[in-house]
Amino acid sequence: MTPAMDLDPATRLVALVGNPNSGKTTLFNALTGLHHKVGNYPGVTVEKKEGRVSVDGRLAFTLLDLPGTYSLHAQSPDERVATDILLGRTTHTPPPHLVLCAVDATNLERNLYLVTQVVDRHLPLVVALTMSDLAKDQGVCIDARTLSRHLGCPVVPVVAQKGEGLEALRQAITSVSLTNGHRPPWCATDALHREWESVRDHLHRVSHVPLPLASHEAIELLSSPEALAERTDRHDPALASLLRASVEKLDYLGIDRQSAFVESRYTWIRAVLASAVSSPDHARARLTDRIDRIVTHRVWGFLIFLLVMATMFQSIFSWATIPMEWIGSAFEALSAFVTSMLPPGDLRELIVHGAIAGVAGVVTFLPQIVFLFFFLGLLEDSGYMARAAFIMDKLMSKVGLHGKSFIPLLGSFACAIPGIMATRTIDNPKDRLATILVAPLMSCSARLPVYSLLIGAFIPGTLLLGVFSVQGITLLSLYLFGMVMALLMAWAFKKTFLRGAPPLFIMELPAYRLPSLRTVLYQVWERSLAFLKTAGTIILGVSILLWALTAYPKVSEDAPRSAQLEQSYAGRAGKAIEPLIRPLGFDWKIGIGLISSLLQREAFVSAMATIYNVRGPESTGDGRTVYDAMRDDRDPSTGMPTFSVLTAVSLMIYYVLAMQCLSTVAVVRRETNSWRWPAVQIGYMTALAYGITLLVYQGGSLLGWGG
Amino acid sequence: MRTEIVSLSSLAPGESGTVQGMHGLARNARQRLLEMGLMQGVRIRLVRRAPMGDPLEIHLKGYRLMLRDSEACSIFLERECTI
Ligand SMILES: Nc1nc2c(ncn2[C@@H]2O[C@H](COP(=O)(O)OP(=O)(O)OP(=O)(O)O)[C@@H](O)[C@H]2O)c(=O)[nH]1
Ligand SMILES: [Mg+2]
Repeated sequence: MTPAMDLDPATRLVALVGNPNSGKTTLFNALTGLHHKVGNYPGVTVEKKEGRVSVDGRLAFTLLDLPGTYSLHAQSPDERVATDILLGRTTHTPPPHLVLCAVDATNLERNLYLVTQVVDRHLPLVVALTMSDLAKDQGVCIDARTLSRHLGCPVVPVVAQKGEGLEALRQAITSVSLTNGHRPPWCATDALHREWESVRDHLHRVSHVPLPLASHEAIELLSSPEALAERTDRHDPALASLLRASVEKLDYLGIDRQSAFVESRYTWIRAVLASAVSSPDHARARLTDRIDRIVTHRVWGFLIFLLVMATMFQSIFSWATIPMEWIGSAFEALSAFVTSMLPPGDLRELIVHGAIAGVAGVVTFLPQIVFLFFFLGLLEDSGYMARAAFIMDKLMSKVGLHGKSFIPLLGSFACAIPGIMATRTIDNPKDRLATILVAPLMSCSARLPVYSLLIGAFIPGTLLLGVFSVQGITLLSLYLFGMVMALLMAWAFKKTFLRGAPPLFIMELPAYRLPSLRTVLYQVWERSLAFLKTAGTIILGVSILLWALTAYPKVSEDAPRSAQLEQSYAGRAGKAIEPLIRPLGFDWKIGIGLISSLLQREAFVSAMATIYNVRGPESTGDGRTVYDAMRDDRDPSTGMPTFSVLTAVSLMIYYVLAMQCLSTVAVVRRETNSWRWPAVQIGYMTALAYGITLLVYQGGSLLGWGG
Repeated sequence: MRTEIVSLSSLAPGESGTVQGMHGLARNARQRLLEMGLMQGVRIRLVRRAPMGDPLEIHLKGYRLMLRDSEACSIFLERECTI
């Protein structure tokens, strides 16, 4: 036998598989030193991720982190990513040389089901017993040696977060033999076994399917003979008649083909567990149960959900203001410094009013983004997401989706891109598409600066009931409004071109865990960095461009600023679209903002900063803020304010509904594999945004709220 | 101890039963439920129902699973009576 690791380290491929939420990514991160996303709910990882692992200071192998799956019989796109690699069905990833299987020690029986299937693949295998700390706490005693003997592969208990067992795991992976020739440890009943063997041998000999894969495919064919229609060898008459005969024989014997294969594996697993594991037989007093009794209560459940959201938005508004002021004054100092260093002229204007003002306008909102991601991180890592799916499923079923769609939607509060990726966990393609189409209606973090600016300027900061500020409530309402619209649109799609049977909804409820502060803070850090990167690249570019477009062509040296703005290229563009947006209550200055945010929403904020010629939302040299400037701005011909509260509300509603994000379009294109769906999405969202804003503004004006 | 055959969806929260079979489920749904361990002879406890009655949370093989009433109706068990 050759050690598996005699191969060139650069090409050694180890696939990390396991049930959803079994701790694969945590283990992957610990082994590779990377920081991919973990969370306490099934379906966090939805695509394959690569990392390199060194042993004794030398590169030893490439590790592939894969989405979780309960079996090799994949039903959703994320599971297919994992099973295609295991079954060698992909062309762009070679079959792995070794499989590392993460097995949740607190849930051995169900986790070992997948292991028996992986064993059938005859690939070298190493089992990592994850969560072994939790198993120990629960009084479960696992004899890894016995387990290893039965499975025919090394079994290593690990606690990835604490680094326990990692060294032993690395050694096990590098020293396991490449050609383990163990035969399937589980055994189907005699009759079943015979038929299975004859179909398998036919696939192997006639269709030239490699033996381990043939074993798997023979089981698939016998449990559901309809699968033959999808195979390339469906025209082989010998195979068809062999299969028909086998099926008839088994049916005659009264063997339920589908369950018999599953049951024989579980029977084997139970026998193994009986000899290798001892667990206390008294029911554990579970904290999870006590929490769930409240969190999923028929009254408290929804109240708590709302309270969690309200606290989140409240904190965004109250706690984030202090660090926002610091950032504001830092930029303040920077522009004062530049002003003092440079002679007056276009260059100084460009740097101070273009670059610094534009970037400051967006970066000031960083603390709010940090709070948002911190809260979402806590929700994701505690185990609450699955509960949200549980209490929202009924509501989701009313619109034709199911609770699983709720998780991508909640995730879209952070950003629609991971939200759209997360829809891979949804098995039904139509449901998945409906969820993708509505995900960008959920208010993402890029809208937060826009909402904040408008709320800060036009919504009073008074308190309701002494605790909830009107500003916080307004923000919460905007988020809820986006959510309601998303559900309504999903309903409309599911009623029309995405009509289909009610989907199957099965989901595991993980036990609550104390969120790991390190994990959460790392997410916050990565997200903030991404936000700053956008500010430093796209927003900076747009700001400079926008400044140039507002500064040229020059009217005359002593013309008032408003006249200059009106005559500039940007002003003319704003004027050009004004007839289109006037019915929504927007003038040409807001038009400039809308144009700048076509590709990236946050750009609206920097556009306002540039237009109103202030350096950031916080105080400028003369003590005026962009809030004041926006509030005081009047139309010189009519003397009416540019922004009324109604205008601000209409504008926010427009931003809730409009699709102003190039990256989302790109991801939808990739995930749906056509330009058709992004086109549909842009079309319906634009129509919706325009229509509803029109309704709100015109309705509001009629009611006399426009003043 | 008396026993009777009922569907999973007719259990009250807190009640348990042993799975006898599944009837009328789509092939994929049945496959997945089997793989998740819902097979003949397995003991299930209905933990609770969601606030609006659906879905259900069940306990089996040491873990928790939620599924909808529509599937639970097709799963039959022998109810354990505690009288
Ligand atoms: N106590 C404890 N918690 C763990 C351990 N490993 C992982 N976790 C936690 O378990 C949860 C799930 O971990 P992930 O690494 O995201 O699981 P996964 O298998 O990648 O999940 P999916 O990508 O959804 O399939 C997270 O909350 C982790 O913090 C462990 O060894 N001990
Ligand atoms: Mg993962």
